[in-house]
Amino acid sequence: MLSTVHTAFPLNHQKPYSAHLCSLSSRGIIANTSLLLTPTRPRSSPSLCAALPTDASSAAAATVREESEEGAALPSLLRQGPLPKHVAIIMDGSSRWARARGMPSSFGHEAGHRALKKIVELSGRWGVRALTVYAFSSENWTRPEAEVDFLMMLFESVLKGSLGDFMKDEISVSIIGDITELPQSLQKLAKEVVDMTKKNTKLDVLVAISYSGRRELKRACQNIAQKVKHGLLAPEDITESHIEQELETNHIEFPHPDLLIRTSGELRVSNFLLWQLAYTELFFTKTYWPDFGEEDYVEALHSFQSRQRRFGQRLN
Amino acid sequence: MEKLEGKPVTNVIKSVQCFLRRCLFLVLSFGPIPKHIAFIMDGNRRYAKRRNMKEGSGHSVGYAALITMLQYCYEMGVKYVTVYAFSIDNFKRKPEEVQSLMNLMMVKIDELLDKKSIVHEFGLKINFWGNLDLLTEPVRLAAEKAMASTINNSGPVLSICVAYTSTNEIIRAINKTCARNKERIPQACINCDGDLLADSINSSISIVDLEENLDTANCPDPDIVIRTSGEARLSNFLLWQTTLSHLQNPSPLWPEFSLRNLIWSILEYQKVYSYLEAGRRRAKKDN
Repeated sequence: MLSTVHTAFPLNHQKPYSAHLCSLSSRGIIANTSLLLTPTRPRSSPSLCAALPTDASSAAAATVREESEEGAALPSLLRQGPLPKHVAIIMDGSSRWARARGMPSSFGHEAGHRALKKIVELSGRWGVRALTVYAFSSENWTRPEAEVDFLMMLFESVLKGSLGDFMKDEISVSIIGDITELPQSLQKLAKEVVDMTKKNTKLDVLVAISYSGRRELKRACQNIAQKVKHGLLAPEDITESHIEQELETNHIEFPHPDLLIRTSGELRVSNFLLWQLAYTELFFTKTYWPDFGEEDYVEALHSFQSRQRRFGQRLN
Repeated sequence: MEKLEGKPVTNVIKSVQCFLRRCLFLVLSFGPIPKHIAFIMDGNRRYAKRRNMKEGSGHSVGYAALITMLQYCYEMGVKYVTVYAFSIDNFKRKPEEVQSLMNLMMVKIDELLDKKSIVHEFGLKINFWGNLDLLTEPVRLAAEKAMASTINNSGPVLSICVAYTSTNEIIRAINKTCARNKERIPQACINCDGDLLADSINSSISIVDLEENLDTANCPDPDIVIRTSGEARLSNFLLWQTTLSHLQNPSPLWPEFSLRNLIWSILEYQKVYSYLEAGRRRAKKDN
């Protein structure tokens, strides 16, 4: 999610960087994507093996294979207890991260995307079943137009370029939020990606774009009011599960996050998954989102495992 | 004789403490003081267990801690304090614990209405938020009496959430909204046979409609939510109203939460105040 944007330089100083991006996208979004999506797989690459003498290369490959097998396994710190089934993340701090480096916010968002890719990969590997990420809130539309345009472009290129990975890793993608506020091309692409990945079952990734928790709940209430209006439901029969069915998270197996992570040190929920967070364990870290990596994720998951969840009752 | 001699000394000490506290609050007030603080009073039972106290006595200690904390908040200038006293989920606890909590609530509600209580000292208005029909009859009547007798008070507000969960509050709000929408049907929308014309029922609900029918209508959203004992979750407390609030989870158990902890909470809030307010303004525009 975007934090407050104060770009390090006035917009005209961003021209060289944005001109670079424009030249990339003029060669086609797909070509642009290959630059934005940094591969992070810890597997042996042909270039590594090719650079070494033959005797050492097989040993190195074996080491890399062993390390990648270890990497695929759960870190020992997390083997003590169950992992959360559904993790929600407020990806905050990308703009501030970029500003601290004297770079425009777009630089932060790209780095943020790389961090997200890593976390999605780890989640799938370690058995998390659902991941909801707050990519763009309904309030973020008030950001500078250049930044918003860049983000819409980034979302499009990521969705297009990652479709192969989603299918290979059996990830189903859904978009939650007011999709009608997005550019037409992004709406169309999002619907295609959602359709094509809906049969995947290993990991549900929900991306909140143009999302507001209060609006989602208001829409759920309106749908219920419609049912009351048409005599399908009496007001006194309305229950919490009626609301649950109307929420945008209703289609996944584990709709309630067990753990919410918010980066960059902000201690608020900020209109994210309002109803669904009733019993969620909250984890706040000062790390900015682009710096949030495997170690930080392990720390958050380990913190979850050390909590006693009582749901209002007594444990003994 | 000893008691009479002790009393003036105790009073002097208390007055000095009060004076020093007010000086401290004056310094704090150079920064923004939150209008509304919400407390999730967690840790009473663990407190009693750690001190080998009688089972169930933790909640009495917790009540005493609450009165002290209210004193500090209202002296500081906080206008609204909300506390999570008893959740609907808590009904699932052992019947003996639930019963003892109901008894404690009844006793303490009566104490609150006593002439020497904090309610009279500050002219507090008391709210009880929650599904009060789930309470035992005597407790429900005591709560309604407390609300009725303080309804015209113009001082700060104390809101006590009992038999409360936020999800239940929202359901009740939808219920009320649908019922009120039905009442607004003009006579012309009923045909000559006396049947209601379905299209005449305005079923659209706005965010304002919902907020007006929540228990918290007429009360601003909490600026800070403090959950004691270090737990970091909302436990179905004011989910709608706290979505922009500053969340804090200090480690002390509720009876251990002291003036020092409260001041630290306020300072933490003051550090990020401008950022919080900017968030609220953006959210208001968006709604």
